[in-house]
Amino acid sequence: MAYVAIADRDAPIHDPQTFFLKYIWSQDHKVIAIQYAIVAISVGLVALVLSGLMRLQLGFPGTFHFIEPNDYYQFITMHGMIMVIYLLTALFLGGFGNYLIPLMVGARDMVFPYMNMLSFWVYLLAVLVLMASFFVPGGPTGAGWTLYPPQAITQGTPGAGPGIILMLVSLGIFIVAFTMGGLNYVTTVLQARCRGMTLMRMPLSVWGIFMATILGLLAFPALLVSAVMMTLDATLGTSFFMPAVMSLGEKLGHNGGSPLLFQHLFWFFGHPEVYIVALPAFGIVSDLLSTHARKNIFGYRMMVWAILAIGGLSFVVWAHHMYVSGMNPYFGFFFATTTLIIAVPTAIKVYNWVLTLWKGDIHLTVPMLFAIGFIFTFIHGGLTGLFLGNVTVDLPLSDTYFVVGHFHMVMGVSPILVVFGAIYHWYPKITGRMWNVTLGKVHFWMTFLGTYAIYLPMHYLGILGVPRRYYALGNTDFIPDSVHSINAAITIAALFVAASVVVFMYNMITSLWKGEKAPPNPWRATTLEWQTPDTPPHHGNWGPKLPVVHRWAYDYSVPGAIEDFIPQNEPVDPKLAGGRDHGKHR
Amino acid sequence: MSNTAIFTALAVGVIVWFLVVSRLTAKPWESQDEKGDVGAIHMAPARIGLWIFMAVVTSLFSLFISAYAMRMHVGAWCHITIPDILWVNSLVLVAASIAMQRARWSADHGSRNGASAALIVGGVLSLAFLAGQFIAWQQVGPTLYFISGSPAIAFFYVLSAVHGLHLIGGLWVLGRTVSRFAAGAELIDLRLSLQLCSVYWHFLLLVWLVVFGVLLFM
Repeated sequence: MAYVAIADRDAPIHDPQTFFLKYIWSQDHKVIAIQYAIVAISVGLVALVLSGLMRLQLGFPGTFHFIEPNDYYQFITMHGMIMVIYLLTALFLGGFGNYLIPLMVGARDMVFPYMNMLSFWVYLLAVLVLMASFFVPGGPTGAGWTLYPPQAITQGTPGAGPGIILMLVSLGIFIVAFTMGGLNYVTTVLQARCRGMTLMRMPLSVWGIFMATILGLLAFPALLVSAVMMTLDATLGTSFFMPAVMSLGEKLGHNGGSPLLFQHLFWFFGHPEVYIVALPAFGIVSDLLSTHARKNIFGYRMMVWAILAIGGLSFVVWAHHMYVSGMNPYFGFFFATTTLIIAVPTAIKVYNWVLTLWKGDIHLTVPMLFAIGFIFTFIHGGLTGLFLGNVTVDLPLSDTYFVVGHFHMVMGVSPILVVFGAIYHWYPKITGRMWNVTLGKVHFWMTFLGTYAIYLPMHYLGILGVPRRYYALGNTDFIPDSVHSINAAITIAALFVAASVVVFMYNMITSLWKGEKAPPNPWRATTLEWQTPDTPPHHGNWGPKLPVVHRWAYDYSVPGAIEDFIPQNEPVDPKLAGGRDHGKHR
Repeated sequence: MSNTAIFTALAVGVIVWFLVVSRLTAKPWESQDEKGDVGAIHMAPARIGLWIFMAVVTSLFSLFISAYAMRMHVGAWCHITIPDILWVNSLVLVAASIAMQRARWSADHGSRNGASAALIVGGVLSLAFLAGQFIAWQQVGPTLYFISGSPAIAFFYVLSAVHGLHLIGGLWVLGRTVSRFAAGAELIDLRLSLQLCSVYWHFLLLVWLVVFGVLLFM
């Protein structure tokens, strides 16, 4: 039984009673969110193992004989695609989006619960199709996560047969799933907010997820178009992307196709994809910082406008990924300019995060540690992005480890730190249990220090000119011996970070049974999800009546208030109507 | 890609405009009201969902057409000879769209029989359009549906197939509406479905006319 998202529950509604309807074929947004999260994290662990194997090869070449060159390229490709699409996008939007949007805007559920449920099952199908490619002849595609033609579908590239087809089909299925979910997220935000929840009273987490979803809805079609056309090139011999080409001594039947066309389409999706991952992280980290610093978010309106500006600008920067592909110099100038412009709203957000911390009552809880860690890694990744956004600097650095270090800092480590922080933050509400604080802190420091130990040296390798995507560097003249030592050290750091994930998983799983019972609002937060009558919230979220919102989401440390937070649904003192009140709850 | 960038800029502009209209300049830390309005759009969620979906489909076709425009300047391009049946198909789709509008009007005026008849006519005409497209496919490619080295023909197949799939999706919804009619649902309960069907059919007609125009003139 699904709920009408915005109705009071005047008459009893029969909640699903069977295990199947309650936890498997469920239309409850919270269950769907957990389903999304479990699948995304599971497939993310696969990608993590793949990266570990890659690092073993790079750190100790020739030692692990079971890793052949073809395997290495397949590991790279699957690692990248899984992490970007099937983990981060799915977890931020399908996981956190599903869980947080209805609760934070005061709705009972998404507005189209059945379609929301289908969204998860179609996503699962996409993941299964992708995983199936490990078991087909030739294995998964090894074309690199960008899947550039003609290489991706030409014999000689690992997985150029069924592997690449399954990848493209899986992406198509994923986009269908995302569209079903995305329609829900946007419509729910626009239409199902409870009374008093104006757009400008929404927590920034919702703003980030909302804008990221709009970006996804407009950008994913570009990936779909390129996937459809490349599938046809590979299977039916069309020439959308495939030029006249010789393969293994034979001329193929293609003629006149444009590989550059694929690159334009791919990056028209690919760059907004960066922000599809980043914007939810921006929103969530804003809420974490404000809550755990006991201070209102600095510059709320600027934060909202920056999210909108970043969303709009993200569609006009795509070709900065293609400086070395060959383009008119004026285009290079244009895209370098837009790339630098997008740094302005991004910098506004960074300043505002730091100013939120300024003179705050900072509680160094585990979620806060991850949020502060994010500021470090994001500034780091953002600054190196300015290097690569400039054509003249990008040309020598392109295809080196500098790029690997940059994008892992900005859209690998940074969003993952937010994911961890968010899981620690909302875990008590989701499960009704607290986690082990010591293990949480161990996990943070291992992750934060470990990832820096991995990616900081990569910038140095890149400046030395060490190329990325190489199975083994060999005895190349321009590469000093120290590079091999650094590679070995990076691999050890990578294994260290992988071990931290074990700590995290152990903590999360054992706390389900052994964790202390969580209070309804352990962080003394203002937003609506912490004000539910039950923890974890029951089906329908709010009991008989929907909440009514009376204030914004950041009333922390209000001068004169009894406590250092006032929930959004705390009524205003009628004597002070129209003026500033100080709350009188609890 | 410039077409797509322009479309996207417009789409984002519309969103920002909407949000600005929705008092994006409010100072939420100052306003504490007892029972504030939500500021939501006064539209049925399904209607908003449909408009968002149509924006996604517009993005999809804009990208296909951008790809078409870029590809035709690259090389090994030969123009497609448009089969005459596409003109007939276009007229059939126009008629289907008119029938859907007629169903909506009839429902608005309380004519149950008129609405159901127009709905069925619209559905039949849409099926006729799809059949006509299939005939066009056979006329364009006598032996092979996809001919390597003839990207214009390949584009024709892809664009018409993607458009046809969206129409089939619409027919599925239309079929559900017809079955609700048959089950005796009240007309007032069906009005929203009929309105959304008519909007979607007009949209698909517009998309097809743009695609047809691209095939004819580019």
